[in-house]
Amino acid sequence: MKQLLLGDEAIAQGAIDAGISGIYAYPGTPSTEIMEYIQKSKQATDGKVHCRWSTNEKTAVEEALGMSYAGKRSIVCMKHVGLNVAADPFMNAAMTGVNGGMIVVSADDPSMHSSQNEQDSRFYGKFAMIPVLEPSNQQEAYDMVHYGFDLSERLQTPVLFRITTRLAHSRTGIDLKTPRAQNLLKMPQDTRQFILLPANARVRYKRLIGLQNDFAKETETNDNVSYTDGADKSLGIIACGLAYNYLMENYNNAPCPYPVVKICQYPFSTKHINHLINTCKEILVLEEGFPFVEEQLKGITETKLIIKGRLSGDVPRDGELNPTIIAQSLGMETKSSFKVPSVVMMRPPQLCKGCSHIDTYNAIVEATASMNLHRVFSDIGCYTLGALPPYNAIHTCVDMGASITMAKGAADAGVWPSIAVIGDSTFTHSGMTGLLDAVLENTDITVIISDNETTGMTGGQDSAATDRLQQICLGLGVDPAHVKTIIPLKKNHAENVQVIRDEINYKGVSVVISQRECIQTSARKHRKS
Amino acid sequence: MKQDIILSGVGGQGIVSIASVIGLAALEENLHIKQSEVHGMSQRGGAVMSHLRVSSRPIASDLIPAGGADMILSVEPMESLRYLPYLSDKGWVITNSKPFVNIDNYPEMESVMNELTRLPHSLMADAEQLAEEAGSVRTSNMVILGVASPLLTLSAEALEKGIQKLFSSKSQDIIDMNIKAFRIGRNFTKGKGF
Ligand SMILES: Cc1ncc(C[n+]2csc(CCOP(=O)(O)OP(=O)(O)O)c2C)c(N)n1
Ligand code: SF4
Repeated sequence: MKQLLLGDEAIAQGAIDAGISGIYAYPGTPSTEIMEYIQKSKQATDGKVHCRWSTNEKTAVEEALGMSYAGKRSIVCMKHVGLNVAADPFMNAAMTGVNGGMIVVSADDPSMHSSQNEQDSRFYGKFAMIPVLEPSNQQEAYDMVHYGFDLSERLQTPVLFRITTRLAHSRTGIDLKTPRAQNLLKMPQDTRQFILLPANARVRYKRLIGLQNDFAKETETNDNVSYTDGADKSLGIIACGLAYNYLMENYNNAPCPYPVVKICQYPFSTKHINHLINTCKEILVLEEGFPFVEEQLKGITETKLIIKGRLSGDVPRDGELNPTIIAQSLGMETKSSFKVPSVVMMRPPQLCKGCSHIDTYNAIVEATASMNLHRVFSDIGCYTLGALPPYNAIHTCVDMGASITMAKGAADAGVWPSIAVIGDSTFTHSGMTGLLDAVLENTDITVIISDNETTGMTGGQDSAATDRLQQICLGLGVDPAHVKTIIPLKKNHAENVQVIRDEINYKGVSVVISQRECIQTSARKHRKS
Repeated sequence: MKQDIILSGVGGQGIVSIASVIGLAALEENLHIKQSEVHGMSQRGGAVMSHLRVSSRPIASDLIPAGGADMILSVEPMESLRYLPYLSDKGWVITNSKPFVNIDNYPEMESVMNELTRLPHSLMADAEQLAEEAGSVRTSNMVILGVASPLLTLSAEALEKGIQKLFSSKSQDIIDMNIKAFRIGRNFTKGKGF
């Protein structure tokens, strides 16, 4: 019988069945459930598949590359912005190539359901010059993990696996394959493969360039990439990944009247696309994310060919696609009988009742009440909701780790008091190095680590910081007299305000660890035990 | 056969459990299913929705087209109205009538009820009160699923099997209480002549 699996779970099961020896990841919506599934899988436990969270996406990619170096298969998973953090090892893994198969899953979030931007990971694939897979449904996702590992091992290259929120978080019945065994330990044959000294790197780069043709040929032979003819040649459609399903939804299980090229692997097949361009008057490009294919088709000079898509305005420039948007881009009529009545009010997410961040913010707000130029540089996590009323407590949220470093830069510029508020998991992800920068100059900033002993925002995964924060801060060289711990509870409010005020008034780096477990994580632990 | 359902509510109310039961029931009846969920934000209290599609033929899109939903099934009354553009002109809105008030500008209940009763096909039930009859307000999701069940193409047997599967790791008492809640909801609607 089919198994009811989320897209993320299909990828996870696909990886287990394709014989991985390890998964490396840092949580991030919509990629988190891949690791979580493998952590719960008996099959993975029996196979001793490595499945612990990494400290950040960069360490995850490097660890996966290490496993690949040793000849075994590894998968590494992150949300799209995670690939920015991991860009260095990612780009250079394209240069070294792999030994055991390696897949990098990057989960994009068009419409920013829970992200700070809408970046399109396919550009990273092109940038690194490696193959990119973009399944159009959950079954393809399952099957293409297996295919991706074969491709990776056949051409000794890492493979980028691009998914988007709807694919990741939609559940459907999946047919599974017979699992295959893991690889045995086997060192790379060429001892220089992984030593990117310039002399070797030049050789590796020429090899990578030489592989580009092979990558294109692989795309042409992928069964999931197709050209389907249609009688009406007034329009030719290129549909990438999920967009293919949204397109077909509009024809109710009947074939599309126009010729359609379905893309789920890059570099895309020029054979199919040339054929489409030569037979059709106009081309409509449907792709989730940026106008990646559309821009490549357009090139830099004006062509006579009419290309419609996100650049031309025939498809909205931003936001997630859906069947209705695609129907509109095809000039089909769409119907909606009802409007949202005006009584419906916005209901934004809120911090849970009893959340420790609330007490931390209440203390910060009071401690800074009389300091009219104070600035609070915050970061990414549940505590970012401190930006909303009733707290209105923070002034920035940019990328993971940017709280401490922006506070430092602002302090360098003369802002006082300059305060950073960062979560525990975010701190170990990429706050520690910034704190070291501040320690080196004893910059006058106050860092408040809102330590809820979990990675709350993404569903309560273990945090690498738990029980280590104080040691880390002392180890980085913060003056022990200015590493304070407070318990954010109503009854401690007055005392906490005083501690924060004192540390703000101290001229130098101070750290206040505000420590109380996330109530959701603690409730989950209770339910388990 | 094809049925497209929008599930709605407030984060923390557990609409995923309703989706899971329908999904398991659909699999039980050998139907195709696509169920797009909301994951990620673990804070409670924001508007959440989910697309649920069940069909005897393969389903292309994970998302329901505008004006295409056969039903909006909601565990909160104001939230049932937020997704009306998805509803087809023949579609049903089935909702818990008990509001979840966690915003200052929550509208007057009367105006919410007016909007609901103006719709061609709507059905409201106080799921919390019915759930208490079953033994715990925590079963109100299964009550509201029961209320909707006479209008679902899935059989009551398949849905009850789905409930059993979903709660299979829990005690028999909890399973029984949820089945009871489902039946109380179902009888509520049957009592109205469906
Ligand atoms: C580079 C990057 N990776 C992952 C994420 C997803 N993400 C956002 S916040 C967060 C963790 C927050 O944990 P913590 O700092 O402990 O704060 P909490 O949510 O527990 O309050 C994660 C993993 C992201 N936004 N950017
Ligand atoms: S999930 Fe935890 S950290 Fe996030 S808002 Fe709720 S209690 Fe706070």
